[in-house]
Amino acid sequence: MRIGVVVFPGSNCDHDEWYAFSHNLGQQAEFIWHDSSSLGNVDAVILPGGFSYGDYLRCGAIAKFSPVMSAVRKFASDGGLVLGICNGFQILAESGLLPGALLRNRDLKFVCRDVTLRVETANSPFTSAARPGQLLRMPVAHGEGCYFGDDRLLDALEAEDRIALRYVDNPNGSLRNIAGVLSEKRNVMGMMPHPERAADALLGSVDGRVILESMVRSLVAVAA
Amino acid sequence: MSALTPEELEKVRSLLHREPTQTEEGIFTVMWSEHCSYKSSRLHLKKLPTRSDRVLVGPGENAGIIEIGAGADGKTYAIAFKIESHNHPSFIEPFQGAATGVGGILRDIFTMGARPIAVLDALRFGPLDDPRHGDRNRRILEGVVSGIAHYGNCFGVPTVGGECVFEPCYNGNPLVNVFALGVFRKDEIFFGRASGIGNPVIYVGAKTGRDGIHGASMASAEFSEESKQKRPNVQVGDPFMEKLLLEACLEAMHTGAIVGIQDMGAAGLTCSTCEMGSRAGTGIEIELALVPQRETGMTPYEIMLSESQERMLLVAESGREEEVFSVFRKWGLDAVTIGRVTGDGMLRVKNHGVVVAEIPNRELADEAPVYDRPHNAKPYRPAPMEVPEIPASRDLNADLLALLGSGDLCSKRWIWQQYDYTVRTNTVAGPGGDAAVIRIKETGTSIAMSLDGNGRYCALDPREGAKLLVAEGCRNLSAVGATPVAATNNLNFGNPERPEIMAQLVEAIEGMAEACKFFETPITGGNVSLYNETLGEAIWPTPVLGIVGLMKTAPPVTIPFKEEGRAVLLLGGLGSAGPVHFGGTQYAKVVLKKMWGLPPALDMDYEKRVQAAIREVVNAGLAESSHDVGEGGLAVALAESCSGGMGAHVSLPGGLRPELALFHEGPSRVLVSTAQPAAVEKIACDHGIDCLPLGVTMKTRLRIDHHRDALVDSPVDRLREVWENALENLLSPVPALTNHV
Repeated sequence: MRIGVVVFPGSNCDHDEWYAFSHNLGQQAEFIWHDSSSLGNVDAVILPGGFSYGDYLRCGAIAKFSPVMSAVRKFASDGGLVLGICNGFQILAESGLLPGALLRNRDLKFVCRDVTLRVETANSPFTSAARPGQLLRMPVAHGEGCYFGDDRLLDALEAEDRIALRYVDNPNGSLRNIAGVLSEKRNVMGMMPHPERAADALLGSVDGRVILESMVRSLVAVAA
Repeated sequence: MSALTPEELEKVRSLLHREPTQTEEGIFTVMWSEHCSYKSSRLHLKKLPTRSDRVLVGPGENAGIIEIGAGADGKTYAIAFKIESHNHPSFIEPFQGAATGVGGILRDIFTMGARPIAVLDALRFGPLDDPRHGDRNRRILEGVVSGIAHYGNCFGVPTVGGECVFEPCYNGNPLVNVFALGVFRKDEIFFGRASGIGNPVIYVGAKTGRDGIHGASMASAEFSEESKQKRPNVQVGDPFMEKLLLEACLEAMHTGAIVGIQDMGAAGLTCSTCEMGSRAGTGIEIELALVPQRETGMTPYEIMLSESQERMLLVAESGREEEVFSVFRKWGLDAVTIGRVTGDGMLRVKNHGVVVAEIPNRELADEAPVYDRPHNAKPYRPAPMEVPEIPASRDLNADLLALLGSGDLCSKRWIWQQYDYTVRTNTVAGPGGDAAVIRIKETGTSIAMSLDGNGRYCALDPREGAKLLVAEGCRNLSAVGATPVAATNNLNFGNPERPEIMAQLVEAIEGMAEACKFFETPITGGNVSLYNETLGEAIWPTPVLGIVGLMKTAPPVTIPFKEEGRAVLLLGGLGSAGPVHFGGTQYAKVVLKKMWGLPPALDMDYEKRVQAAIREVVNAGLAESSHDVGEGGLAVALAESCSGGMGAHVSLPGGLRPELALFHEGPSRVLVSTAQPAAVEKIACDHGIDCLPLGVTMKTRLRIDHHRDALVDSPVDRLREVWENALENLLSPVPALTNHV
């Protein structure tokens, strides 16, 4: 499968995503430059972590205007798989591809540590390889990862089974412990934790592969 | 501001055969400042070993470079690393001071063509509970930590380790030393050389402003009350710009059109132009009107001396400018030709066509005065030699908890959790261990790094303190299985014009030289930070050493005990500890609140054998856990080994007083837990070192017996709670209750 990793100026997990997909999962991965208005011939798109355009205004607030995001919007509305990780999640929320917002962490500090996530639904192309309730361990590293939405939104997300991942040990104050959410059509997911940093046994956990492999399997299933 | 002395000004006149212009005088002032010229330390730095088979580039360049072996692609790989201080700016403006400290050292690494893959920080502050300065110390610590986090996290380099220490001598002069390391192929190394007459000199990166003018000179003077007014001398960092600069520079280097490149750090445009010319034996002519500026009306003096961040100077092959420009355009960065390489060896600076400075490059860069400052005094000692009465402890359990909850020994999780230490997916062992380990994806090798200083030991004996430092750093690396191969040093001292301070510097350098030769860790570069004094009070002599080691990439052996019922062994034995050598320990500091005598005694030959043994134990896969016994002694090392929840029941042989047995800091000791004690003992025996069986791991408690008395007996949860929460508690003190009568 061909995985496209978008590179914004200031992306700093782009190479990690590329490495996880190409070396740890044996897929084809390629970079897509931010001012490209086409995604080329990719099967899925990753919006990686980092500080797109410096994020001096609000995380993702500039990135949503970049040319590549028009292409990503189109790709998503055609049903293509889009996974936003960390800054990628912030960009998806700013772009309106996912509901809610990511605020500064509860204690106003950047937090880097391993967290435990609970898979809330296996009914998505990003979690289909997991069991509902399965616990996954992987790192977070962000300053603005506190998921926020009003009660109506949060109730709706729950009713529609669109909360894909929750923190067992909430590191940032996210409402209802939300770590990852799905779009209405379930083909776009945003998550603050970093599955690509938990794809190599040497680094302590391979639980992140569950997310990345779910994506690859879903693509294979569609292609078949 | 430290200006040129009358003698230095006379030397300038004789070099130029005339009076210098104002701009020229400014240029000489920064280039001949202590910070840029090492004029007080240069004579003695020559004593340090700088070479080995692995060293490709030693001191004098932006960073040292060593070879690390072949990659899967058959090419030879190398690492570049260096340490740099940003002490003075971090006191004046902690957030930006520390942030730009990170920025500066990262540029030193990627200006040589290497991609930065790790940062470590050695931080020193006044005590957080200092009755007079506690508030300020807490504010400085919080500012420094968030500055480092801000810059490193955004740039995308993992901050994987370091240290944080508190002593009153850093109340008015905190130390912020940042180490960075990058990786590249041996055939991709770039130098700061302006070769090729007629080649264009190109300015890239951020625009020049008035920030940081004379930062280098500020860093070369003592602090006074007025220093706090020097905020404009501190630069403002933009990590996003630096990230773009990194990517653009590495991409531009790959075009093959770049001849030489150097970052504009201390002394900005001045330093980069004259050093690049001097190294290549060429001249450089630049036109200041072409320099991108973000403020109007800047004078030549200001443009030449600005220390605005995130700027680079490069020399390209004539005719290939467009290849370079197109890369920088892609990354949205300014790239402008501002001059040419010439054959006359002069740094010629023009402003709108008018020559404002014309100085021979080589003399400016390399002919700075060298001072053999008097050092015939005894090194200043802040403590007596006489041993006071060491009272028998009433409660060793409580003593251990006091140590675990002290600023120096407690967990620094509150700090390193604010740093992204997992980005780039190379972090095999992150912060909190004896050494940080980063894998090199291209080669199958990993790099282990340790950053250490000990002002307390060095204050008692600079020479022995420096040796202990080298031994400790090498032991840290050995404890994770790495072989130490090279080092970089940051020498933080007071005013070298005082003989008793200069004597500290000389003794420390000589001690470091002796130990670095012995442990085969050449110093490939570093930094000297002098004049660390405020209101006439000098910091303790504080050399900080960053040591780098190599190992096969493998799952890490970490500090915590893992399994129940494993043998706990002390490689190197219990060690010797006379009361004289107990006066620099954490027990003396925290429990007895005294300081005396000498640092722990070091037998370098024995130390080397202990290190070889632990490396062999770890690499043979025999150690389930491994931990260097350092500050706080054996009891603290045992408690830290229990931090994963698994405890131990150990007993110490008689001979030493309980206080000394538990808390002396004798070197050459490593704690291991193993399922195969006989195999470990055999290795120890092969290396001719003691291997003391202490006991076994057990669930939930740490019990330390001595002559069948339980000296320490505590649930490990209690030890961990105190150790893990101490820093946060120190940072948010409960306001003292006022006494209502």
